[in-house]
Formats: sequence, C-alpha cells, structure tokens
Amino acid sequence: MMTRRTFVKNGISAFTVTLAAPAFLSDLARAQGAMSRNLIVLDLSGGNDGLSLLVPYNDAFYYSRRPTLAIPAGTVLQVGSDSSGKALGLHPKLTGLKDIFNQGRLALVQRVGYENSSRSHFSGTDIWSTANPSNTTGSGWVGRYLSTLAPPLDPLTVWNTTGDTPHALSAPGVSVASIPSVSGYAFNSPNNGADATLERGAALTIASHLPVDKPHVAFVGASARAAMATLDRVASVGTYKPSVTYPNNGFGQALQAVAGAMAKSIGTRVFWVQTGGFDTHASQDTTADAGAYVKLMTTLNDGLTALYNDLRNLGLLNDTLLLSFSEFGRRITENGSKGTDHGAASVLLAMGGSVRGGLYGTAPSLNPDASNPTLENSGADVHFETDFRSVYAKVIDTWLGGDSVGVLGGNFRKSGIDFV
Amino acid sequence: MADLALIQHLLRRAGFGASPAELATFAAMSYAQAVDRLVNFDQLPDTVDGHIGQSGYVGTTSRGVFSPNTVADDARQRWLFRMVHSDRPLQEKMTLFWHNYFATGFTKVSGAVKAENATRLMAAKASDDPAKQRGQIELFRDSALGSMRDLLTAVAQDPAMLIWLDGDTNTKAKPQENFGRELMELFSRGVGYYTEDDVYAAARVFTGWNLDRPAGGNNVTTGAYAFVYNANQHETTAKTFSFPIYRDGTRTIPSRAASAGMQDGLDLIAALASHPETARRLATKLYAFFVSETASPDSAFIDDLAATYLQNGTALKPVVERLLTSPQFQAPSIFFTRYAWPAEFVVRSLKEAGWSGFSLGSVLSPMVNMGQELFEPPNVAGWVLGQGWFSTGAMLARMNFGSTLAANQKFNLATAAAASRSSARSVVDYVASRLTADLDSDVYAALLSYASSGAWTGSDAQLQTRVAGLVHLVLGSAEYQFV
Repeated sequence: MMTRRTFVKNGISAFTVTLAAPAFLSDLARAQGAMSRNLIVLDLSGGNDGLSLLVPYNDAFYYSRRPTLAIPAGTVLQVGSDSSGKALGLHPKLTGLKDIFNQGRLALVQRVGYENSSRSHFSGTDIWSTANPSNTTGSGWVGRYLSTLAPPLDPLTVWNTTGDTPHALSAPGVSVASIPSVSGYAFNSPNNGADATLERGAALTIASHLPVDKPHVAFVGASARAAMATLDRVASVGTYKPSVTYPNNGFGQALQAVAGAMAKSIGTRVFWVQTGGFDTHASQDTTADAGAYVKLMTTLNDGLTALYNDLRNLGLLNDTLLLSFSEFGRRITENGSKGTDHGAASVLLAMGGSVRGGLYGTAPSLNPDASNPTLENSGADVHFETDFRSVYAKVIDTWLGGDSVGVLGGNFRKSGIDFV
Repeated sequence: MADLALIQHLLRRAGFGASPAELATFAAMSYAQAVDRLVNFDQLPDTVDGHIGQSGYVGTTSRGVFSPNTVADDARQRWLFRMVHSDRPLQEKMTLFWHNYFATGFTKVSGAVKAENATRLMAAKASDDPAKQRGQIELFRDSALGSMRDLLTAVAQDPAMLIWLDGDTNTKAKPQENFGRELMELFSRGVGYYTEDDVYAAARVFTGWNLDRPAGGNNVTTGAYAFVYNANQHETTAKTFSFPIYRDGTRTIPSRAASAGMQDGLDLIAALASHPETARRLATKLYAFFVSETASPDSAFIDDLAATYLQNGTALKPVVERLLTSPQFQAPSIFFTRYAWPAEFVVRSLKEAGWSGFSLGSVLSPMVNMGQELFEPPNVAGWVLGQGWFSTGAMLARMNFGSTLAANQKFNLATAAAASRSSARSVVDYVASRLTADLDSDVYAALLSYASSGAWTGSDAQLQTRVAGLVHLVLGSAEYQFV
C-alpha cells in the first residue's frame, strides 16, 4: 500500500520529470524502466446527463424542472461550491470518485461545449472527435496530435479497446491498434504445433519483404508486420495480474487491459475506452437501485475507482491522465417519458495523479427564463462556458507537450482551467 | 477471346473476383462482350436469392429461421451470398458503392424503429415484405446504374435516410439542417462548393419531408414506413442559394403555397444532380473506385466522364461503361493497386479458395474486426477507404480469416491439389494460380521454402497441411489485399 507520504513524494518527482524531460520520455528511458505519460480518453457515449452526475442541489429549478428525475439534496455526495458559489454534489453512486476528488485527483470541468451545439449523436461525436464544429469529415484531434510526433510511430502507440476505430484517433499515417480483446489478438493457423510455427515464420518473412516499387503493398506489409511484431507484447498484457478486482463488465475489462498495458510497459501512449447507454430518453431513473442512470454511474464509478487504485498501487498514477467526454449533455426539463432529450453543454471529468482536482468553471443557473445567459435554446439547454477545444488545448499543451494551435487549427487556450 | 489477366482484373474491379466456373464463362468472351454482360446486368435473370440454402453454394447460419428481411445479421449474409453467387456482380458492386456513398447506419435506424423494422428499412426485399417495404439496399440495387437525379430523389425520400439524417424531424418551426448539409457536402457538390447559408436554405427546402410511421408503432413489423410530405410543416418562403437552381441561372426557389411546396425539394435535387461540380465529384469517386485510388486522376479523363454524365441526363450506366472500356482501366500497371475493402477481400477469398461447407455466419465477426460491418458505416461520410482499412488489428483479422477459411477448406484444397503433389514447387504453383495476386519472387521464394521444409513426400497428410498453410499465407499476404 502506498502511504500518503510516498504519494506526495511521487507527486513531486513527477513534477520534476515534467520540467526536465519532454512530454514523452524517450524509448531509451522507457527501456531502462522509466515511465512515460499516458492519456486515456473515455467516451461516455449517448450524451451524458451532466446534471445527474454533478448535481446543483441548491437550485430550486433543478427540482421543479425534474419532478421525477431530481436527486434529493440529502443524498448527493457534496463536493463544495464552485467559483460562482453554486453548491454541487456528485451522484450518490460515485463514492469512489468522491474519494478521488477528496484526494485532489479528480477535476470536474463544468459547462463544456461549443456554440450551436449539435443535438445529433453522430455529428456531435464527429465534432468532439475532429474538434471542428464546421467540418466533421477530417481527421481526429488525437490522431492529428500523434501525427506530429517523430515517425515512425510504434504500432501500439494507440490502443483502441473498442471494435471500430474512433474518429478522434484517425489521421493519415497514424496506425491505430484496435484490440477489443487481448485474447483475440493472436496469429491463427489452419495447422497445429510445428507446422503452425513454421507457417508463422513464413508469414513474417512474407510481411517483411519490402517491394520498393509498390509503396501500397509495402504499406499493407508494414501493417501485417506490425501486427505480428506486437502479438507478443499484447499477449503479455493477458498475463497481467491486477492488484485490485476490476468489475466483470466490458468497461471494467477494458480498463484492466489498459492498466495491464501500462504495467507491462508495452509502449502505448493513448488508450481509448468507451462505456455507453447514456442516451436516456426514457425511464432515466436516477435514484432506484435498478435505475438506468444509477447503473450507468455504478459502472463508471466502479471501473474508474478500480483503475485509479490499481494504477496507484503500481506507481503509475502520476503518468496517467484520464479525460472523459460525451457528444452532448441533456435537456434540463425532463420529458414525458421520465427521461431527458438531447441537450448541449455538459460536465467533463479529468482524473490522474497529476491532476489538480476540484471544480472548474461554473454551474448553470437552471432558471428557465429565456434571458438566462447560462442557458440556451430558450432556457431549455445548458449553454457552454468553456469551449471543448480549450480542454483539448490544455491536454495537448500541458500534458502531452504538443502544440495545440497546430493540432486544433487555432488558439483555444484559456486560463482558469488548469486542471493539469 | 480476351486476355485472361485482363478479364480477371475486370471481374475483381467490376465484381468480386471470379470462381473457376465464372472465369470459364467470361474467358470465352471478348473484353467488350464481358463488359457488356456486366453493365447490362438487367438482361440476366435475378435468381440468386433462390439458391440460398441449396447445396453447391456457400452456407448461411442463423438463430432460428433465416430471416434476411428482419434480422440484420441474416441480411448481411444474404448480401454477401449475392456478392459470391450473383450472375450480376456489377449490380452488387455498385450497391456496395452506393451503400458507402449514402452511408446509413443500422444502429441509429434501429434506435428509432427497433431492430426488426430497421432491418426492413435497410434490407427488406419488397416482394417478401408484408407491406411491400423496400429496404435502402434494395433501392441501391434497383438504381445501381440508373439516373443520379432519380437516385437522389429516392434517397431523400427513403425511410432509413429520413431517420438517419433526421429528415423526420424537419419542421417549419425547427428546420433540420442535417440532410440538407449532407446532400450538398457528401451526395452532390462536395466540400467547398456550398455555403452555410445554402445549408440553412436547404434545410427550409426540405421542411415537411417527413416519415409516415405505421399505425401501432414500432412494435408492429407488418406496417409500412413511407415518405410523407407534410404541407403544414413546410416553410413556404423563397429560398436563395449561392448556385443556380434553374436552367436560366436563377438562384432562388420561389415562394410556393404549402400544398405545392414539395416541388422545392425536387427542384433543388434536380439542380444539384446536374451541376458540373456534382458530375466531377461523382466521376472522381467512380474513378477511385474502379480505376485507381493511388494515382491522382487524369483531369482530362475526369472531365470526359463528367461530360458523359451530364450529356446523358445524369445516367450512370454510360459513365461506368466508359470507365470500364477506357485504356486507363485496362492498363496492366493498375492491376492489383486498389486496396480491397473487407467485403471484397472476403468474397474474393471464398470465390478463389472455395466455399463448399463454409458458412457466411463465420465471416460476420471477422468483418467487424476488419472494419467493415455491412449496414454499419462509421458515419455519414462512409468508411475510410484505402490505407484506412489497414490498422494492425484489421490486418490481423484478415490474416486470421484466411486461416479460418483455409482450415475449413483443408480437405477440398488438398483434393484439388492432388494432381500437383509430385513436388513442393508444383503445389506452390497450383495455389498461386488459384489465388489471384501479384506475388513477386520474394514471396514466391518464401512460399516455396515453407512448402518444401523438411522432406517433401506428397503424402495426403502433408498435402493437407501444406496446401492449407499456403492458402493461408497467400490470403494473409499484403499482395492479396489488393484488387
């Protein structure tokens, strides 16, 4: 177990590393056992209801506009007041995250979004992925950042734990390892034993030949070679024995693979994890044990808490930043089906050993008056206060050591959101 | 008789490769006859679905009764079955092209109308459906080489598209921009050839182009979903664009009575379909699909294709025919240079390595891992083509599919190769002739080294092991990932 003293000590040494070394330590340093920084992007897909995650429990309009969905003030996990004096509390199921908040390692950035927020899951996701609200067919923001790193990128630089390559990771020249299942990432053979081994050797020989006059074939060959070259590293993740028990669900298992990849030092710098079901149009139920939103919060809390504790035990917490997003927030007033429809700005989580925890930004006033500047859409939805690209800029510049202006195509740096 | 390599190229690009029987049929024709047979596919009977479940054809696997009109995985298998066995390969190929072009995702449709109805809206064959519902993919088959204007109109009124791009919520009070934007950005003129004001105007043009749902709601799977023009939801003021709408150059769609307002959308679509920007964009897409996505297109050739399109009133058949008969298409330097889509890779593997005793149910999950689940394009812009298909995980999925197929066909392959069992080299030659790929001498040497490792005896056991291994190695090679 890590004592508070060693925790603080590690915190200081990480700070020193930040000043002394480039954002990502060199491969040489890693080979010598030094750790490098990781970014975990967490997609809460479906459109998370920020008002149920971080509850403005003293706002009377929260209760009047959500007669069945409001969480009783007495049950929220109080996290104090933000700079506007608004008292806030976490959803009652977020007990682990509350502890992390108390340790100063969880930041909650309020009212993150953008002008003219899309209410479409697809364009909303594409906008958050490309960081470009006006044209969402281009490359993804994480992919663009990675493409600024010195080539060649190791094929395991990005590990996507879902089946489809997320748009945010896609960029020309950036190969994304999509590995939803560690055990499925293996080289199969129609034969067994020595014959299979012989064949694997031949496959590697074939993948390794480089037809210089056919760059397209060479590209695919490189992908095959990269796949074969990473098999053993990925398989090593399957042997990881975590120090805590992760929840036995897809999200928990994906997080265990993330911790395993870090523990085995396989070289991955960016991980993508997802947990879905946030599109709570009906029967959102934020309070009953079997309620839809309660289950979402339980999954989120149990997964992230396990990850946090596991990484802490491994001594990897200071090298890890987890950043959540969701394609939009939800409508303030509950609908006729005891759910909430697609809204606009929402709250975003940042967690890690180097995070400056606390409340960032200000909560909306939920007064439905159309002139309320913290709302939009005639008082129906939460208006953004912090552009999501400002959060990305913070992560790119400060955590990853990149150039956010180049990656995001503009200067979105903003003061007051120094969560890392 | 045409050159065999050229015929094989034609069938890889304008179809999904050739089984030995197909190759024999086409090899007896001149090149012009082969193109004619492919392009004029409507001259051949469309009987392929009748063979599903028959012996001699690739199998299917379903939970319960095979129900391709209401179960998405079964619909996927039916489409793959058509790709393997249709006598009209170009029709299926163009259907795949349109599926990517008008990329519509099952999950969103399913979220709106539930899974069974979503499958109907994506894939139902009208003749099999209780309400004669025609799925979007059937629309693409029917319009595979028809007129672009008609296709755009039908797509704008297609129930799955009305859900996918939110046309069903496009009302007078809240014009919905999603469809109007993509119509110009992805379906016609392209990025840079429209303004934000055009998007707002297009949204207003399509106000009232909504979806009529069956009585009884989404739990009913026998009712019809249909396009409906809701005159009372149509915004009737004039709409002005940055480009001409009418032949005289007029850029404004006039204010019309609500009852006549559906004409706004028809006017806009007719205009967009016949714009030179649309013609060039479509010509460029077809060039990349059929000819080359690595070499930048020859501008004069694109102009020529665009002119063909416009001169023929937006008809696509003359354009594709011109493409396939062009010297650019027939140049041996472009053979095996287009990155194969997962569907192309899987289907060609089956056609060339064999399918007897194999079920298409076994390709569904591998195709997800390869990055192409049919009916689930990643977003409205479609799949990321070319190098985008080849993440390490996706490449591994292709290699592992090759292994699954080779293992499944082990006995059949060994039997077919038995006549070549005299030496390891002749077995390698047999496999290399059966699987079409541009294998260079290094690859050939690696295959030979593998096949001849240890003593070559040519025993049944060795033949089964090595032939399956060779087929796996070729299917998993970089060279085989090109059409």
